[in-house]
Amino acid sequence: GLQACGNRNNKTFRMFFSCVTCSLPSKYYDSNKIKTTKYSILTFVPKNIYEQLHRFANIYFVVIALLNFVPVVNAFQPEVSLIPICVIMAMTAIKDAWEDFRRYKLDKEINHMCCYIYSRKDHAYVEKCWKDVRVGDFVQLQCNETIPADILLLYSSDQNGICHLETANLDGETNLKQRRVVMGFSSQNTSFEPEFFQNTIICEMPNNDLNKFKGYMEQPNHERIGFNIENLLLRGCTIRNTEVAIGIVIYAGHETKAMLNNNGPRYKRSKIERRMNVDIFLCVGLLFTMCLVGSIGHGIWSGSFPEHPPYDVPDENGNFLSPVLSGFYMFLTMIILLQVLIPISLYVSIELVKLGQVFLIHNDIDLYDEEADLPIQCRALNITEDLGQIQYIFSDKTGTLTENKMVFRRCTVDGHEFSHQENAKRLETHKELDLEDEDFAKLQQFTLPQMNIERPATYQRTMRPLRRSQSARAHFQGHTRSRSLGRRDSNQSQVAFSSTIEKDVTPDSRLLRRVREAALRTENLSPFIHMKTATSFTDFFLALAICNTVVVSTTTEPRQRVTVPPPIKPSGITLEKIHQIFQRLKLVSLSQSFSSSQSSSDLGASFSAKNTEEHLATLDCCDNDDSCCDSSRGSVTHGTLPTDFCYEAESPDEAALVYAAQAYSFTLVSRTPEQVTVRLPQGTLLTFDILYTLGFDSVRKRMSVVVRHPLTKEIIVYTKGADSVIMDLLEDPGKERRMKRIKDKTQKHLDYYARDGLRTLCIAKKVGSEDDFQKWANFRQEAEAAIDNRDELLMETAQHLETKLTLLGATGIEDRLQDGVPDTIAALREAGIQIWVLTGDKQETAVNIAYSCKLLDQRDTVFTINTENKETCESLLNLTLEEVRKNYEVENHGGNFLIPGPEFGLVIDGRTLDIILQGGLEERFLELARLCRSVLCCRSTPLQKSIVVKLVRRQLKVMTLSIGDGANDVSMIQAADVGIGISGQEGMQAVMASDFAISRFKHLKKLLLVHGHWCYARLAKMVIYFFYKNVCYVNLLFWYQFFCGFSGNTMIDYWQMIFFNLFFTSLPPLVFGVLDRDVSAETLLSLPELYKNGQNSEIYKLSTFIITMLDAFYQSLVCFFVPYLAYKDSDIDVFSFGNPINTVSLLTIILHQALEMKTWTLFHWITIIGSVVIYLTFSLIYNAVCVACNPPTDPYWIMEKQLSEPAFYLVCLITPAIALLPRFEQSTFLSLHFVNLTYSVASVRYSAPVSQV
Amino acid sequence: MKNKKSSASQEAETRPSRCPDNSAFKQQKLPAWKPQLTIASVLSTFFLTGAFCLSVGVSLIVAANSVREIQVDYSDKCSNCSKLRENSSNWNSECLCSINFTLAEDMLGDVFMYYGLQNFYQNHRRYVLSRSDEQLLGRNVDVQNSYCAPFAAYKNGTPMAPCGAIANSMFNDTIDLFYNFNSSVIQVPLLKTGNSWWTDKNVKFRNPDSHNLSAAFAGTARPPYWHKPVYLLDEEDEKNNGYINDDFIIWMRVSAFATFKNLYRRISRKGQFTDGLPAGNYTFHISYNFPVTKFKGKKYVILSTMVWSGGSNPFLGIAYLVCGAAATLTGFIITAIHLKLRKKKTYFQRR
Repeated sequence: GLQACGNRNNKTFRMFFSCVTCSLPSKYYDSNKIKTTKYSILTFVPKNIYEQLHRFANIYFVVIALLNFVPVVNAFQPEVSLIPICVIMAMTAIKDAWEDFRRYKLDKEINHMCCYIYSRKDHAYVEKCWKDVRVGDFVQLQCNETIPADILLLYSSDQNGICHLETANLDGETNLKQRRVVMGFSSQNTSFEPEFFQNTIICEMPNNDLNKFKGYMEQPNHERIGFNIENLLLRGCTIRNTEVAIGIVIYAGHETKAMLNNNGPRYKRSKIERRMNVDIFLCVGLLFTMCLVGSIGHGIWSGSFPEHPPYDVPDENGNFLSPVLSGFYMFLTMIILLQVLIPISLYVSIELVKLGQVFLIHNDIDLYDEEADLPIQCRALNITEDLGQIQYIFSDKTGTLTENKMVFRRCTVDGHEFSHQENAKRLETHKELDLEDEDFAKLQQFTLPQMNIERPATYQRTMRPLRRSQSARAHFQGHTRSRSLGRRDSNQSQVAFSSTIEKDVTPDSRLLRRVREAALRTENLSPFIHMKTATSFTDFFLALAICNTVVVSTTTEPRQRVTVPPPIKPSGITLEKIHQIFQRLKLVSLSQSFSSSQSSSDLGASFSAKNTEEHLATLDCCDNDDSCCDSSRGSVTHGTLPTDFCYEAESPDEAALVYAAQAYSFTLVSRTPEQVTVRLPQGTLLTFDILYTLGFDSVRKRMSVVVRHPLTKEIIVYTKGADSVIMDLLEDPGKERRMKRIKDKTQKHLDYYARDGLRTLCIAKKVGSEDDFQKWANFRQEAEAAIDNRDELLMETAQHLETKLTLLGATGIEDRLQDGVPDTIAALREAGIQIWVLTGDKQETAVNIAYSCKLLDQRDTVFTINTENKETCESLLNLTLEEVRKNYEVENHGGNFLIPGPEFGLVIDGRTLDIILQGGLEERFLELARLCRSVLCCRSTPLQKSIVVKLVRRQLKVMTLSIGDGANDVSMIQAADVGIGISGQEGMQAVMASDFAISRFKHLKKLLLVHGHWCYARLAKMVIYFFYKNVCYVNLLFWYQFFCGFSGNTMIDYWQMIFFNLFFTSLPPLVFGVLDRDVSAETLLSLPELYKNGQNSEIYKLSTFIITMLDAFYQSLVCFFVPYLAYKDSDIDVFSFGNPINTVSLLTIILHQALEMKTWTLFHWITIIGSVVIYLTFSLIYNAVCVACNPPTDPYWIMEKQLSEPAFYLVCLITPAIALLPRFEQSTFLSLHFVNLTYSVASVRYSAPVSQV
Repeated sequence: MKNKKSSASQEAETRPSRCPDNSAFKQQKLPAWKPQLTIASVLSTFFLTGAFCLSVGVSLIVAANSVREIQVDYSDKCSNCSKLRENSSNWNSECLCSINFTLAEDMLGDVFMYYGLQNFYQNHRRYVLSRSDEQLLGRNVDVQNSYCAPFAAYKNGTPMAPCGAIANSMFNDTIDLFYNFNSSVIQVPLLKTGNSWWTDKNVKFRNPDSHNLSAAFAGTARPPYWHKPVYLLDEEDEKNNGYINDDFIIWMRVSAFATFKNLYRRISRKGQFTDGLPAGNYTFHISYNFPVTKFKGKKYVILSTMVWSGGSNPFLGIAYLVCGAAATLTGFIITAIHLKLRKKKTYFQRR
């Protein structure tokens, strides 16, 4: 194919030129072959071992195993001592290999996908695998094809040089994005010829920013053409609506933005693991103490003999060691002997248990969102138990607490407020409809059994107690059904979607009348020239319709490939043809308007050409998505208008505004990069030339569109944005009282909207002259071509344009609260979790939402701190703190816990937050915040959000959780201990950064209260149990040292010792860690207080650890000394003595686990009984077979012999009973006592005994 | 559950739903037994355990008390021999010692004769390892590379048979028992075979194959502490000679503790001793060879009968009694607390 040659010596830019004649290989750049595997077959063993040795514990065990090869200190046969570490490492290796193999298969599949690449030899596009794509290759892409690499778009079959992309694979956003052909190439009407491409491409080095890309192309005549992200097709996206696109590969393989963004699962260290590491060091200390005792004991013991007794065996040369030296060697021997005190299998067990926990969380049907067909995604595999210890939740507002589905509610134009009562009523009825639908859907379930065959049982079972969640799901089911029916016979789709709520706006009758009047007046007086006198009403709705980036599509056909490619030239089209097309589109009024406007021939022609084609092109852009198409649903207000347009907007706010404009008959008909067409109330079509679009960004908080009015030829800037910004940019009203009045009134209305919980936007315009615009346009072009401080320049030019605006009006959009949010928040609060809301929204809106989602209560005292002055801020904080404290003191002295006093809420805005953070007032702020029921931070930037999270996490040393859905929440999500992303309307950035991704806020309740509690309780108990198990078992060997002269002897055969840890006692804790349910899910959900158990780390803290250690010591004493005393003074031999000890300790350890288990499923029974059976079977077989297989300590026939003696059974019965008696007594005392207490204090609700220890 | 795809929806077929299975396992709703600690179950557990332990304990104590046992410390009583053995250069000189004792009661049933050693750390790690099971199986092994060192071979390369510290330090006193009956002295018949484990005697220990024993051990030498080579351990009984000598096998089963006893002989129940040992005066005739003063040890000879639960050790019985008592006591305490709390509860309710 084509070759790219270039070099990389510049560190900030990459440069290459692509030419057909050039034959140099493109060895400088990565090929498109991707390899996400870590290992190959050859490198697996060394690399995996190397990686595993990065773990401190593994090194420890390897060193000890190697120490065993030193003859003076060895405790076991050296080869045998390698087994445990080998098994552990092999298990980890198998897990790694399996994961890697899955990645390998996936890579292979992707690498062998096909695409068309221009071949120099054949002078045509030939089919090649993805992996053979090189930088500089020309790739031809067809509709619905996935893009193989990052490609600069050079040709599109679309007339306007547009290529539509679906980026769902990349960021989850389902709406189409437009990409344009690089400037200068778009004019070509003929197909693109790679042979003539002679340009040098200079662009930035590969990076992972999906939204930024810049570079330029140098033509042979040294003319530079700039390009940016708008011209780049990203790997992994899908081409839609465009028949053919051709481009040149810029980044391939691992250098593509998609691959650079793919970081894989994240690894964090959980709180339990941090705690565990401390305890491991305690164990190391214990180990050293024990070894020291052994070593000193041995020194004293061997020094106590006047001459060497026959059992003190000299070394091979017949020499004896001095007591001191032999004591020292004994220290090392003891370390080897007692090494198991550090639980070798703990790490791998924890990993396995967490995998199991993640699997179960992932498969929870209650955390599955039917609408999006998304189960919960667990992206971090090893912090499941942190979910059970959360103390602070930081939540975003929009899209997290609310649905991020925007509904137009009210507007104010020209200082007049229009309350849209009818619309409000309609929304109310929608809610009722929702409820009816639930019942309807439920009926459907039982009449259509084949639909629900998979889960009628649960439905019937859970219907009563879990009515809320149940009904919600039923609603979705009905929804799905009607969706699928709707496609076959769309007349039947009648279920209210939220999307319908968004689309239908019932116009305010008063406003409608005034708009009609205004429009009529303008049109009647002077049909096409007198737009200048148009009232601000007309302008307002024109602005709503134009000032956005909404893409229009019609709804008559599903989205598919375009099949009408020949470009329609304006001249070559007959009126009849246009009529026919319009007939087909059922655009009756449109065709009328066309005939009415045909007097102005050039306007009509340009419209027809652009417009028909646009329609043909967008016929297909409507997917099966219900949010997009719902064609035949009769609209209440537009009964006469048979056609709906589908609007694909970047943000739901934009769509809501366009729908609102449509409700007042200002219909956005089409949009191309150059032109936008709007139908006016009378049916007149106006096509504006778009001169420039300044997109929305969070810094400017506004967007602008510059258009040329088709009739007056004026240059008009329409701007919409946050009121705080727009109000400052308005033209100084100066003397004109009217303007000032409008501004004040609008501000008043805006404040009212915000109090009502609405999102507000201001609409403004500016009329400018052609010259001014040209000047600005040149300025702008320079800025765009700049490579250095381009961003600053762009910002500057934008600010230059957006000044001296005239206020047209403002809108209020409602963002509806998500289902079940108040309930969830109430439950989480009951669970003792503090919830903060960090939002970029207005203070009033935020406070309002906080009230409606029960974050704040009407009885609460809410303190608001808004100041820009440090001193004021400090004194405010002090005053508030004093008052809050006073209140708490009163409450504490009153001692009445049953009636809670007033609680406090704190509202603070971004600027104040800045002062607090910069002025060193953090401690005061946190002190106050800690005493408040909830804290709201409004108008905060993403950076502030993350700083607040970090501040709370570090200063208060609490477990934090951040939840959000948008890109602005990413930093906050990453800053918290647990980050949760909501996969919603705003793309996938939040999900990508998160540890867990859910689709609804209400899922948080079960995730934390049930799964969090379970995971924490399971893992904490399992870790404790592992420590207990190892200490208990190892101590048996330690006690024996007192009877064998501290010589490091063991009474248990080494194989049985290894297997004890590896097999006989390993499965029950694993099953316990994955499956145990100490309290049922229903109880956990109905009693959120139980969550506090995990919050306070009650199951696993230092005191529990010490108590468990003491218990382990006691149990090991019993397990050793009961057999010892029973066999004392008898003729028992070493291994016959070890056998009952091994058996009783196994029984004790297993029964101990059994006492911990609160639910006994089949798996529990199997593993508990199975472990004992496996032990007995193994021992019997091993003892019968091994005559001389493990010299010199063959335990031949011991088990068989002892099983024939009654004494063995007597010992095996009594020892576990004595060992576990205290623990059993303690747990019975606690639970009986506890149950009794709760009976007398609370209620009968505690159906399950809660927690012990 | 498998046929969930049957919901005729076309969509479900074209794009499989990511909805998790609604199976009991995945939804964590597996049927489970939840042990409830109710007052009834707790009390019954404690009382039943208590009753069971107490009854077992009583029967164990009764059984242990029926064991007749007599233990004679002969390293103190044969002090002259002890002194002689202190000096290892006297290893060749024989030392005989007689000890009289009286049985006040008959010892009925099988009577076992043990020798006991005190302070002999047979369980020392290096001692335990110093053996070659392969050699004892009669296989021809290179003992130089076994765990036997330094008791593997002599300096001239002759391997020791058997090798290792355990074998080398084998107990080599001989003890005979005489019954003084009406001024006549009757030697009590003792069985020297059948004392070791059957599997040891027949599987774990084997003599090397050869037409006679001395040939089988040709090319080897006795361990340094031994007076005679291994094939002369029991010259009377071919089946109790060499590695399969019972005394040797029993010695090779290293004891778990520093103070221990090993079965030496059983009383052959014939003639006057059909029912066991009758009460009366007896004498031990001991050929004193094994030195114990070096390690401050003592030697015993023990005569004992056996019961179903083992020997005379009463510990297990006591343990059961204590455990049973503790369980019963806990049961009573819980009952008391429960009654008290219930009273309180009703008090609360009444209020």
